[in-house]
Amino acid sequence: MATVQDIEIRDSAARTAQAADELQDVQGDKMVLNMGPSHPATHGVLRIVLELDGEIITRADPDVGYLHRGDEKIAENMTYTQFIPYTDRLDYLAPLANNVAYALAVEKLLGIEKDLPLRCQYIRVMCAELARISAHLLGLGAFAMDMGAVTVFLLIFTEREKIYNLAEAISGARFTTSYTRIGGVMRDLPPGWLDQCQKFCDEFIPALSEVETLLTRNRIWVDRVRNLAVISRADAVDYGLSGPNLRGSGVEWDLRKNQPYLCYPDLEFDIPTGSIGDCYDRYLVRMEEMRQSVRILQQCIQKIPGGADNKTNELVNVPDGKVVLPPKQKVMTKMEELIHQFILVTQGMNCPPGEIYFGHENPKGELGFYINSRGGGTPYRMKIRAPSFVNLSIIPKIFPGCLISDTVAILGSLDFVMGECDR
Amino acid sequence: MLPSELAQKLKTRFGDLISGPAEFRGEITLKIADAEKIVEVCRYAKNNLDFNYLVDISSVDNYGEDPRWTVVYHLRGLTHGGELRLKTDVGEEKSELPTVTTVWKTADWHEREIYDMMGIRFRGHPDLRRILMWEGYPYFPLRKDFPLAGKPSELPGVAFTQPAPLEGGPFITVAGGEDAIHREPRVRNPEE
Repeated sequence: MATVQDIEIRDSAARTAQAADELQDVQGDKMVLNMGPSHPATHGVLRIVLELDGEIITRADPDVGYLHRGDEKIAENMTYTQFIPYTDRLDYLAPLANNVAYALAVEKLLGIEKDLPLRCQYIRVMCAELARISAHLLGLGAFAMDMGAVTVFLLIFTEREKIYNLAEAISGARFTTSYTRIGGVMRDLPPGWLDQCQKFCDEFIPALSEVETLLTRNRIWVDRVRNLAVISRADAVDYGLSGPNLRGSGVEWDLRKNQPYLCYPDLEFDIPTGSIGDCYDRYLVRMEEMRQSVRILQQCIQKIPGGADNKTNELVNVPDGKVVLPPKQKVMTKMEELIHQFILVTQGMNCPPGEIYFGHENPKGELGFYINSRGGGTPYRMKIRAPSFVNLSIIPKIFPGCLISDTVAILGSLDFVMGECDR
Repeated sequence: MLPSELAQKLKTRFGDLISGPAEFRGEITLKIADAEKIVEVCRYAKNNLDFNYLVDISSVDNYGEDPRWTVVYHLRGLTHGGELRLKTDVGEEKSELPTVTTVWKTADWHEREIYDMMGIRFRGHPDLRRILMWEGYPYFPLRKDFPLAGKPSELPGVAFTQPAPLEGGPFITVAGGEDAIHREPRVRNPEE
């Protein structure tokens, strides 16, 4: 008895051609259909104006900006530290990763990124990877749910809940973490956190494998996502895609490897890439990235200086009173610390004039901060390079020729967040 | 090849047009004297120096200075991994420079955003419309003379028109201002 069955997959061109034949009789004038901004498959407030010929999309015009809050303007009017909570609200599915990205950017401006204590670097890497798993899980769950596989959505939320618990344990908040500070983190890991994290890692891989059995070889799933919205290597680079969308098209580019920061050079992990660049490849890349993130987490748990309870009193902040708030007890008893505290809170740290760009490998892609400083505690101009914004700009290129029911699959595979896109 | 060598190559090719390189925190910045030549420089950088990836375009409002605008391009070569920043100034009267969408497609939305936020136009852009604000919005909110509190505009009830977007928000006061009103950034209006 045969146990392996061949799956026949027609490419999108063939499907489109067949659909076009069937629709020959009813083809007439083109119709304009408005999708969003409040549509369950647009994951927030994306609006797409679709021009349809029957069921086939002939033109797509994404309309973004419904969630624009003027973050860049706000940043010009507050100190660097005060902007940290705003970074939570960029990619609100991975606030910890945004915190890390922003802190690293300001530290680059200050020139202290090499002075970060090793324990702090490990903590930040763990935060970023937990955020990556959490964001990919939600991306995957929403993607699958839009395609009718609601079970996946429920399964992944069990796992995400554990990540939220971990985030809550370190930062006190489940969602808006604001965990990093310029020059370090808010506080050291709480007791038992590493064990909890280890437990999560152990339970996560079987759970992910279970999800994978529901999708990866599922006939319906494969039929709907394979060969759909193929983005060629050249297009992916030309349109500035980043993250899993870029790697899905076969471009091996990951800032953690190519422009290493924090302690990533000390950690072993692989960069998965796709071969065709279709929705299925992007899905597979995200699945593998989660496994790699767990691999990174497990190495961090082993290697973190100070271990679980930090008996050796490793620092988690840069020991510089002009950047990081001094300990409360010293502020209350020592003159110099009191002055530092006062200056830091009222005016912010004194950044040198100059301009830097720092790109961080966020779950959605490259989250970059361009900071133009004229000295002092506030940026003169801060541009946020949001990966979702750039990733969405390829929609007018890949939508035409697809069926209207493919839109939800393509949007799910692009995995964007409007909070970050609109800033 | 190191970014500094690539910058040097660009400089040899274009001579006086390019000043720099300035280095800060390991990043190389080149300044292009004539904004009209930006496409030429970018095309050369892409075709001959393999800067195939445009990371970002941003803009700076040097309010009160001349020229008023600076447009900043972040280039990256995915094959050699080098990065380069190109800057060019644009005067307020003209507020226009050629588009680089012909070099990298990703420039499309970046340029639309700059037009939307700063009001700098890109000549030859295929579809220069507002992107984050709505069509018909009369101001350019990232300009330094646009107050943080916002300005009244059409579409009442849809868009925010009242001041104090975050009452009691954490905006810093500027140390040394005359009184509380002058120290409060939401009330500060650069036009006065």
